[in-house]
Amino acid sequence: MPESAGSVIRPDDEATGRPAARQEHVITVRNLRMSYGHYEAVRGIDLDVTPGEIFAFLGPNGAGKTSTVEILEGFRTRTGGEVQVLGTDPAHAGGAWRARVGVVLQESAPEAWLTVRECLSMYAGYYPKPLPVGRALELVGLTDKANGRCDRLSGGQLRRLDMALALIGDPELIFLDEPTTGFDPSARHAAWDVISGLRDLGKTVFLTTHYMEEAETLADQIVIIAAGRIVASGTPATIGGRAAEATTVSLTLPDGLTPADLPALPAPVTEGRGRTVEIVYHEPVPVLHALTTWALQHGYPLTDITAHRPTLEEIYLRLTEEPGKQGAAR
Amino acid sequence: MSSLSLVSHQTRYDLTAFRRNTRARIFTLAVPVVLLLILVALFRTGTVKEGGVTVKIAAYYVPHIAAMAIVGAGLINLLITLVAKRESGSLKRRRATPVPSWVLIVGDAATSIVSSLVIVLVLVAIGSLGFGLKLTGAAIGVAAVETVIGAAAFCCLAYALSGLVANAESAGPMAQLSTLPVYFISGIYVPDNELPHWLLGLASVLPVRPLAVALQAAFVPATNGGQRFAVVPVLVVLAWGAAGLIIAVRKFSWMPRRS
Repeated sequence: MPESAGSVIRPDDEATGRPAARQEHVITVRNLRMSYGHYEAVRGIDLDVTPGEIFAFLGPNGAGKTSTVEILEGFRTRTGGEVQVLGTDPAHAGGAWRARVGVVLQESAPEAWLTVRECLSMYAGYYPKPLPVGRALELVGLTDKANGRCDRLSGGQLRRLDMALALIGDPELIFLDEPTTGFDPSARHAAWDVISGLRDLGKTVFLTTHYMEEAETLADQIVIIAAGRIVASGTPATIGGRAAEATTVSLTLPDGLTPADLPALPAPVTEGRGRTVEIVYHEPVPVLHALTTWALQHGYPLTDITAHRPTLEEIYLRLTEEPGKQGAAR
Repeated sequence: MSSLSLVSHQTRYDLTAFRRNTRARIFTLAVPVVLLLILVALFRTGTVKEGGVTVKIAAYYVPHIAAMAIVGAGLINLLITLVAKRESGSLKRRRATPVPSWVLIVGDAATSIVSSLVIVLVLVAIGSLGFGLKLTGAAIGVAAVETVIGAAAFCCLAYALSGLVANAESAGPMAQLSTLPVYFISGIYVPDNELPHWLLGLASVLPVRPLAVALQAAFVPATNGGQRFAVVPVLVVLAWGAAGLIIAVRKFSWMPRRS
């Protein structure tokens, strides 16, 4: 790996020839706005991406996510605000900047008629200091398909080739736009290993995904956008006030018992579907202690007792819920 | 990599892809050969009045089908490939790399030029070996120069037209629609002397007939008053290429339409 992979200070901005400011963030966005005619897709957002982190950018379709990513990648020209990516405004970035940025697009077909190795060699020729083709193949686990034609790969293999094409230039920053959409679970876990491997190499990863489990597993920082605005940011454990959320303990009542037969509990009991009851309390231990002590005394097995805190998905749905669609989130 | 080696790097892969592309091979190589064989066989013993002189049928159809083949390789094949690459996100992905866009465009043009030269050479060889087309070094040299100019001009037109084509499915029909009528009025299928004057006049300001007329003069200079290099028709082809380039620069897009 070249030294520059994890480095945050570059002596000069190669694209513009101006000396670069001391750069603490790989990506800095201030008050970014994007309008299409009268429709404002992005309504003044701020982002800071730290070197070497996996940054997950989440949001429903139409929330302004793709517009934002395409502005950061230099594909779209914003209508307002300030954007710095690797110390350069992507709207005016040149080849030297592109050489430091890898992009995995949401959709892209293979280079028809070329083999995997040829396709990677062709792309390698575009970069000043590419990785060896064999190394890129190895990183994404596609070595045994090197001589196969791109247009004969499976969907999952194709996405891995996309990843290899984004890595071939040995970039410092990699954009992954929904990199595991359509994967089966084992392919998804394999892709996660590749992505967390990028962090180990010192790369910064800007990830968008619709899979909350993916964000939870990979991300150091999560930002959620809805209707063009940032609605929450934090770590997977804390985002949206998740750390302070109450726990729901639920169980099925043993045969012949009613909620009145339960022991004294620190919070009221609510009846759910069938013979299920729920107790919502800010901490799980007192509730579980009372219930399990009572069950041991009477010999009730309570086989389905669970203590549940909101998942990232539940938090996400609540935060991105559209006004007027009450109740749709849970 | 220097610009020149980057262009040759790109052209190498573009040519590899072209060589393996069955549609492109059939379209640009097989169709003109089959057409030439059919047309020459049909009018085997006939002659055509061209530019005031009588031309043997093979000497007529070899340059005319060659012009059609150049349009196939330069315009039609590239237009279909370009739109498919744009809509699949392949062009967008290349834009995400440091490769300058002109390298990709020159790579495409070089591929069209090389495939045009190959097909014109094949047609000329068939004409010469099979139907007694008379060849000279000068004829081959002038035809080669005109082939390069024609392929590059139609390449520019492909880039210009790609801005008008919304999706990959309509690229093929669109290409056919824009070329087939022009072939007919340009004397590609039906010999010139069968066509009304006003139609030929119209065809003379479109890009296909001037290319055919120029190639015809390369093999039979008498059709152009003895001049082997037909300056005015070549200028018309160049003008169309320049117009295509201007439109392409303004309208060409790397991004898929559907997004």
